Amino acid sequence: MVSINSIKRGVVIDHIKAGYGIKIYNYLGLDKAEFTVALIKNAPSNKKERKDIIKIENAIDIDFTVLGLIDPNITINIIEDEVIKKKIKLSTPNRVEDVIKCKNPRCVTSVEANIPHVFFLLDEEKGQYKCQYCDELHTFSEV
Amino acid sequence: MLKGRHLIEPMDFSIDELEEIFNLADEIIANPENFKDICNGKLLATLFYEPSTRTRFSFEAAMYRLGGKVIGFSEPNSSSVAKGESIADTIRTIGCYADIAVMRHPKEGAPKVASFYSNIPVINAGDGGHQHPTQTLTDLLTIRAIKGKLSNLTIGFCGDLKFGRTVHSLIKAMSRYENIKFILVSPEELKVPEYIKKEVLEKNNIEFEEIEKLEDSIQKLDILYMTRVQKERFFNEEDYIRLKDSYILDKEKMNNAKKDMIVLHPLPRVNEISYEVDEDPRACYFKQAQYGMYVRMALIAKLLGVC
Repeated sequence: MVSINSIKRGVVIDHIKAGYGIKIYNYLGLDKAEFTVALIKNAPSNKKERKDIIKIENAIDIDFTVLGLIDPNITINIIEDEVIKKKIKLSTPNRVEDVIKCKNPRCVTSVEANIPHVFFLLDEEKGQYKCQYCDELHTFSEV
Repeated sequence: MLKGRHLIEPMDFSIDELEEIFNLADEIIANPENFKDICNGKLLATLFYEPSTRTRFSFEAAMYRLGGKVIGFSEPNSSSVAKGESIADTIRTIGCYADIAVMRHPKEGAPKVASFYSNIPVINAGDGGHQHPTQTLTDLLTIRAIKGKLSNLTIGFCGDLKFGRTVHSLIKAMSRYENIKFILVSPEELKVPEYIKKEVLEKNNIEFEEIEKLEDSIQKLDILYMTRVQKERFFNEEDYIRLKDSYILDKEKMNNAKKDMIVLHPLPRVNEISYEVDEDPRACYFKQAQYGMYVRMALIAKLLGVC
């Protein structure tokens, strides 16, 4: 078993679907972090067989919408004085803005600059989103 | 209340709102002289980022017949678009001059972008292969005028049902009316997309069947909506050659159809309807083009709030 010390003040992103930890790590720009960060892959889990965990020894702002888009089953633990002060459960967001870009080359977003890329949830189970302009379907795994 | 609204996709308007437009179109058809000045002093801007002669002429004719005037461009090279102006900026500027705008654009969703930034009503006159709501209004008014109803009908769609935006929009629009059945006639390669079947037909328990040969079911139809089978959609030319002739509507096929069936087509026709069918009173595609102008007159009048 790998041992990672508990953190004093910061954030623990738990119950990440195995394999998705690195996506979140990259999205949050943690590769450039100057504070302590641990990415734990394939940790044993009671709910699922395996999960990823990220421990961040720093109070950082996190875009919960994006994390919900990547994996709505994630739990965020806000740590202060080595104890969990707040537990946040994520959900699949109904609306996502400027996180993913529409890949449809016929979509107006391919030519019109300065407009938000907006998607609406179509199928929660499949994680399918619809571009508000061209109706093209996209999935969260593209984040 | 339709004044000031945009029309970007056919489902933007409720059945009651559509009925409001169709009732006005009926009044215009009955007494066009009563409406010849109602848009006096109003300006329609036609923003055509790609050529579309029929749709543009239809809108222009509609506005002129209401006593209004038209400004605009029919290709982007003759406008500030050539200098790189955004859709958002174009519509904000046009909104300073005109009272209503019609936009045709090759990119999907372009009129929707315009509607977000516009202080005047925006009408989508076709955005790529995505939506063409005024064609749907045209189709609905034609059916309503000729068949006298928009319910209890069996509608056959024939040809390219995969890429035909008019087909998708009309299936969606007709699905809101009672007791509608669809017979979808196409080659395997050009069947109606799965999402239409799942989200529109199956979800609303609408009866439909998919077949490959038109002659197998033409006798059941109240309406036959023909579309072009497009050669460029096929990966294999042999398949195209095998199938293209199945979808030429001729006198012989018409002989098996109901006496009051009507044939519609969004036009332009290439060779999918023989010229001999034009003489048949059931061929309504040119009447359909005329209804297109009347429904656009009614739409413009309603969005401007002059009727």
